[in-house]
Amino acid sequence: MIVSGKAVKFGNNVDTDVILPAKYMTFIDPNELARHAMEGLDPNFTAKAKSGVILVAGKNFGCGSSREQAPLALKYAGVKCVIAESFARIFYRNAINIGLPAVECAGVSSKIEDGDELTVDLEKGIVKNQSKNMALHAAELPPFILEILLNGGLIENLRRRIEKK
Amino acid sequence: MNLTEKILARASGKEKVTPREIVEAKVDVVMVNDLTGPLAVEAFRKIGVPHVWDSRRIVIVLDHLAPASSEKAAELHKIMRKFAEEQKIENLYDVGEGVCHQVMVEKGYVAPGKLIVGADSHTCMYGALGAFATGIGSTEAAAVFATGSIWLKVPEAIKISVEGSFKKFVTPKDLILFIIGKMGADGAIYKSIEFYGSTIHSMSADGRMTLCNMVVEMGAKNGIIEPDEITLKYLNLNLKQAEFFKSDENASYEKIVEVDASGMEPQVSCPHSVDNVKNVREVAGVEVDQAFIGSCTNGRIEDLRLAAQILKNQKVKEGTRLLVIPASREVYLQALREGLLETFIKAGAVVCNPTCGPCLGGHLGILAPNEVCISTSNRNFIGRMGSTKAYVYLASPATVAASAVKGKITDPRELEAE
Repeated sequence: MIVSGKAVKFGNNVDTDVILPAKYMTFIDPNELARHAMEGLDPNFTAKAKSGVILVAGKNFGCGSSREQAPLALKYAGVKCVIAESFARIFYRNAINIGLPAVECAGVSSKIEDGDELTVDLEKGIVKNQSKNMALHAAELPPFILEILLNGGLIENLRRRIEKK
Repeated sequence: MNLTEKILARASGKEKVTPREIVEAKVDVVMVNDLTGPLAVEAFRKIGVPHVWDSRRIVIVLDHLAPASSEKAAELHKIMRKFAEEQKIENLYDVGEGVCHQVMVEKGYVAPGKLIVGADSHTCMYGALGAFATGIGSTEAAAVFATGSIWLKVPEAIKISVEGSFKKFVTPKDLILFIIGKMGADGAIYKSIEFYGSTIHSMSADGRMTLCNMVVEMGAKNGIIEPDEITLKYLNLNLKQAEFFKSDENASYEKIVEVDASGMEPQVSCPHSVDNVKNVREVAGVEVDQAFIGSCTNGRIEDLRLAAQILKNQKVKEGTRLLVIPASREVYLQALREGLLETFIKAGAVVCNPTCGPCLGGHLGILAPNEVCISTSNRNFIGRMGSTKAYVYLASPATVAASAVKGKITDPRELEAE
């Protein structure tokens, strides 16, 4: 599974309250959520993300609330993959569970600049920065997490497993 | 093995588990609320199984926007009531019962040794009573509804050992803020935190809940306290009823942090990050528009008693609003019986029904741009309680009550000295 796109960069400790403020949590349609993604940090984010981007961040991305509306808003805004130095654990699981690849990669915040063209090989755990002609090694995803992502998320994965039985 | 490892081994049917191992664990109880539940219901319907795995082990609490703050919120509540009826889930706690975590504890879903997951990040609070409890998302909750199990990575553990007695007006909230300030917002990512020491074991169950509630603010997967006499008494359990795990003498910890509680002063977490912690006196004098006492972190009876002790025969400063929101119906009633509500109302506070309320900027006391709030809740992120241009300080019920009286951030010891 390979994803590519332009990098959109954020800093450390980006919390789910800025990714998707609670006041929008009454929306159920993910496209409505997407309109408010990252509103707290960058009001122009949705315009940038529309074409399909890779979100690059520092430490502890997605900290705070367990709201799955946060990764949903990012996914439907056009984020194809999130690469961070580290993730808050609930955000990480939520992202994988809704089929949004989340990749831990040491050094991303210093070696990738806003607008760099990236290609991520999820199986091999390699982040290629084409603009800088360099590659970074990410933490490899365990096979069962890859399986969830390849199936488009936890629910589809579970549905297939139950059908097989 | 340590306490968390023992519970994970028990729940996954193993003799032994080791850090970083991934286990498939059986869930004792799963909880969702009005903001995380509807997505879980939607996801559950897509799985294609007609019934939940065990309707008695699913708890639904309508608390975040309760009573419904808008037509959309009312629709969310309706989705949850309909799902509960359809799936014969009797454990639905409707508007007015209280904040999900307090309800979970009071209604008896939490006990030592249990494995509990909840679609709310502060689920980690139940570790105060010796359970393994952690937050999950909506889709994951749906998968638990269907299967009754969840994959979990066995966390590495950090032992935090706390010794010494608190000075007057220093509380468990000050302790956890102090610890978060020291560890950092990502200081315990993916880890288990086990609290030990004489300070912890002489602390009430209410105080322990405040402590474990906030471990997620440093990234921890769970916080846990070994059950003792105080735990059993609080839960009305005897030794035989409780699955009484203790960490082994030779249990391994990634690191051990020692904290001296005796020298600690009242603490405050400053905008816009929970780990931006200072002594209250360092920011004393900052004017506040709103003060909030409540939430799953500090809305229990002890918290209200402490606030009332300070607000007795005092008035909230003109120009400052004080909101008091008990964490549950039970706390609300007890506060009424003890005359605490009268103290609050006479002091000029607004007392609201049990709900999460302003903690997450949902309703009841949303902040305008450039307003300052001092709150007993758990997060001060940008936009958390309303405007992205508002400022939120986090502190204990004593500090918040004293600040409401003075209209500016105040060390409760200063107010007493006057």
